[in-house]
Amino acid sequence: MSETARDTILDVQHLTMRFGGLVAVNDLSFKAARGKITAIIGPNGAGKTTVFNCITGFYQPTEGMLELTHATGKHFLLERMRDFKIAAHARVTRTFQNIRLFAGMTALENLLVAQHNHLMKASGFTVLGLVGWPGYRHAKREAIDRARFWLDRIGLLARADDPAGVLAYGQQRRLEIARAMCAEPVLLCLDEPAAGLNPREAHELNKFLLAIRNETGTSILLIEHHMRVVMEISDQVVVLDYGQKIAEGSPAEIRGDPKVIAAYLGVEKEEVA
Amino acid sequence: MLVPNDPKSAERVSRLDVGGAIKDAAVATVVAFGLFSLMLGLLTQPGPSGQLTISERPKLLIVSLIVVFVGRFLVAIFTRSLRVPLISRLISPKLSTSFRQLERFAAPALLGFALVVPVLFYSNRYLLDLAILVLTYTMLAWGLNIVVGLAGLLDLGYVAFYAVGAYSYALLAKNFGLSFWVCLPLAGILASFWGIMLGFPVLRLRGDYLAIVTLAFGEIIRIVITNWQDFTGGPNGISGIPRPSFFGIPFTSDPEGFAALFHLEFTPTHRVVFLYYLILALALITCAVTIRLRQLPIGRAWEALREDEIACRSLGVNTTNTKLTAFATGAMFAGFAGSFFATRQGFISPESFVFMESALVLAIVVLGGMGSQLGVAVAALVMLGGFELFRNFEQFRMLIFGAAMVGIMVWRPRGLVATRTPSVYLEKKKDIPAAIVEEARQ
Repeated sequence: MSETARDTILDVQHLTMRFGGLVAVNDLSFKAARGKITAIIGPNGAGKTTVFNCITGFYQPTEGMLELTHATGKHFLLERMRDFKIAAHARVTRTFQNIRLFAGMTALENLLVAQHNHLMKASGFTVLGLVGWPGYRHAKREAIDRARFWLDRIGLLARADDPAGVLAYGQQRRLEIARAMCAEPVLLCLDEPAAGLNPREAHELNKFLLAIRNETGTSILLIEHHMRVVMEISDQVVVLDYGQKIAEGSPAEIRGDPKVIAAYLGVEKEEVA
Repeated sequence: MLVPNDPKSAERVSRLDVGGAIKDAAVATVVAFGLFSLMLGLLTQPGPSGQLTISERPKLLIVSLIVVFVGRFLVAIFTRSLRVPLISRLISPKLSTSFRQLERFAAPALLGFALVVPVLFYSNRYLLDLAILVLTYTMLAWGLNIVVGLAGLLDLGYVAFYAVGAYSYALLAKNFGLSFWVCLPLAGILASFWGIMLGFPVLRLRGDYLAIVTLAFGEIIRIVITNWQDFTGGPNGISGIPRPSFFGIPFTSDPEGFAALFHLEFTPTHRVVFLYYLILALALITCAVTIRLRQLPIGRAWEALREDEIACRSLGVNTTNTKLTAFATGAMFAGFAGSFFATRQGFISPESFVFMESALVLAIVVLGGMGSQLGVAVAALVMLGGFELFRNFEQFRMLIFGAAMVGIMVWRPRGLVATRTPSVYLEKKKDIPAAIVEEARQ
């Protein structure tokens, strides 16, 4: 038991989310492995983003348990935590389907906001920072260095001082991932990171996500429609349809699963029986 | 933009759209007739026996309609043939960028000027009083800029904190005999406490809803002050508030007074000059703290909150605390300004804290441009200076004021200085046009 708990970063048990009479997610259970990329796929309206919103605290689940375990063995019950606490303490960060950057702030500033809590402490909750405490200046330099590192990784170092709002679409996607990484998450939730990217950009994104997994050991939870991205990089795939899990397994298993094919493509009537 | 040497555009200029212009002018004349027929065409006067009589003024009506027709026709010819809005032709858009470049020199110049104002206008009591007023509003606007400009929380009840500061000082100084320097921080603390009190119920609100609640809050404070007769003196206000002393030395003509101690001839101007430097120092502290806060994580969090609250939460920013600190910090500066106001006036009453004051301070912030400290200072100077300038034309004051507002909103819809300076940079500080910042708020 303890052995499996150590390998599992996020344990979703019987997660149900109802909006009035609408059941968006129904009794969903799955485990996301530590240091792996887990993809959640499914047709439009399958409830993927709802699952994300439950995990990151933007929705309070109707039923179910979301247990996050750090490598240190520390447990967090995410369904009981508020959104910003999940990001700050449980260290789960996310990106959004429709990019949510701070458009009027520069790329660098975006990455510094992600390090807010750390910098807040270093600035003595503003009091010490106001008088120019050397410890804060040091922390700020470190924060800028971390931002510089991630900007370099996403190839936007030259655009560091440009407002995020003027960056190209693909660059904004990458910046949002970098911003989420600057908050030093143990679990990174990406909501359709490849949406709107051309094949070359999608390929680069794959390499970037694999690098994140391999170098930082951050576990990744991924919602994606882009099958090439899903099949190439995910270690495990969970398929949702109408709020229910219809399949789970390795990309190869999922590819051949008749239920998954049926959910995506539809089937002839007689084949269902 | 139109290039005059371009043959195509030259052709466009030559082909005057007279028909369209006549149509525009006709529409304008009909509208003007609707308005003027009653306003100008009929005059009501008390008749010989006291009853109202109506006299017709057809000549005036016809003349004004002709003026409207010709005026609109000319404007239409001008704009239609050049295909450029009139006002942007009159005022070059480049002025805005040059204003920004000017800032580097203008800010120190303005500061230097502010420092020598009492020397230059020592004998002009009226101008000194006006300068104190301008600085008070500059300070208020800088304080409000934290809430509205940085955190993006539209606050229409800012004057409430100004009132709290003023009454805090008045009551503490009168009832407990505390000195100004003790009361000043206390007034700030009390005002920021009320800022947090306002902050809690409005945490979930944004935009118009927030504006309505803050507006109501401002009125509540004023009405409570008016009706709580035992405590605040009600509509009669509080008089005999202790005047400021020069660190304990009063500005009086006694042998103990400021003039006698410094071997000067006694004049009431000493106190005015002292008050001037006091409010200048307070305003500069407000400005310096704001600039500093912007470079600290809290200031960045305020701006991030203005841009996208959900993204903030997803990054672990405690939006509750962030909003409350914005309200509290803004309110604190209003509290300081309030206690200065009380000590300067020596008398306060609820009438000084009406909604118009909130609106005026907000107008200064909006006109100045929400990004720039200098823009706000210039806007305060122009607004209050303008008010004074047109004091003799009492009736037309609001008319000119309104026209100026419309002009600025057409010419510079985002305020005088409409760029945002990044709080931190790697290579080069590049100003961000307000259009990008604004877009994010939609």
